[in-house]
Amino acid sequence: MSQTTWQAQVYAALKDARIVQLGYVPDAGHAQLIEAAHADPAMRAVVLTTEEEGIALAAGAWLGGQRAALLMQSSGVGNCINMLSLPVTCRMPFLTLITMRGEWAEFNPWQVPMGTATPAVLTAAGVHVRRADHPGDAAEIVAASAALAFDSAVPVAVLFSQRLVGAKVFAK
Amino acid sequence: MRNDGTLDRRAVAAALLRDPGDLLVVTGLGAPTYDAAAAGERPLNFYLWGAMGGAAMVGLGLALAQPRRRVLVLTGDGEMLMGMGALATIAAAGAPNLAIAVLDNARYGETGAQPSHTGLTTDLAAVAAACGWPATVTARDMPAVEALRPRLRQEHVFAVVRISPAELPRHLPPRDGAYLADRFRRALDVGGD
Repeated sequence: MSQTTWQAQVYAALKDARIVQLGYVPDAGHAQLIEAAHADPAMRAVVLTTEEEGIALAAGAWLGGQRAALLMQSSGVGNCINMLSLPVTCRMPFLTLITMRGEWAEFNPWQVPMGTATPAVLTAAGVHVRRADHPGDAAEIVAASAALAFDSAVPVAVLFSQRLVGAKVFAK
Repeated sequence: MRNDGTLDRRAVAAALLRDPGDLLVVTGLGAPTYDAAAAGERPLNFYLWGAMGGAAMVGLGLALAQPRRRVLVLTGDGEMLMGMGALATIAAAGAPNLAIAVLDNARYGETGAQPSHTGLTTDLAAVAAACGWPATVTARDMPAVEALRPRLRQEHVFAVVRISPAELPRHLPPRDGAYLADRFRRALDVGGD
């Protein structure tokens, strides 16, 4: 496994944290995790129509004794705000991995407002925010964030910076 | 506007939740939460008092986590409309142990009985069918409600029950979410994690 990607290491960190349900709104930056989840018979990957569904999914999983996580892009964070009252009010763990847009070599100006607001909005809603900028420590940050979320029963978001993920290329 | 339903919502909830056994129940905010509590307060009822639009998806996460148990989501038309995408998500995911019953009064009852989309143009059972739910039902009288009860405990079914818009006295269960979640998990014996 000398060629292991940071995404593969992040997936392994999710497995080590005993995540067995993975809700997601498709995103190119999460494509490897999504493929790994669908290929894993021990992981239930659930494609969502909108990001806040994944917060409710995770709450239900927790009520039933399982651990879930949510994959989304920063543009989806705005869809989530009221639903975050669910884990906050019910003192439930919640873990989300967010690929950032609008912050590094962004081509599409429509991504900039929500990308800029993402850390402040999450913090205002009661979510603990961590950030991964380098491939070498992304998995460690995910592992520590999962421990924080599930051991201390708080909502935690890990932002994968756009520099880490790689800015989307719009070929003309 | 379509004709209003005539069924008493408390009688409907009492019929659907009679002899619940170990049925796992998730209720949508507002009157369905009060209806379920009036039918019988129990630890395996998880009442939402907020998170509007989230009831069906809480039901999905729970159903996936507890595949040998039956899960019933009891919610209202306004709450279901806000989370209508979940009907597509649940159908695509497949959860044979999950059923949803919408108590449909065609009103936003908590906020002044403003007409909802189900009283104007939208048929939620048809929406669910179009999303790929294998079974959908609309119940308009108590015999139909009685016939629905066993189906909700055996099938992956989406049901609409047309109820009267009459507003009833609130029957308030506990609203501390941390307490409700903790007692639910203890009752399921999953509290150790």
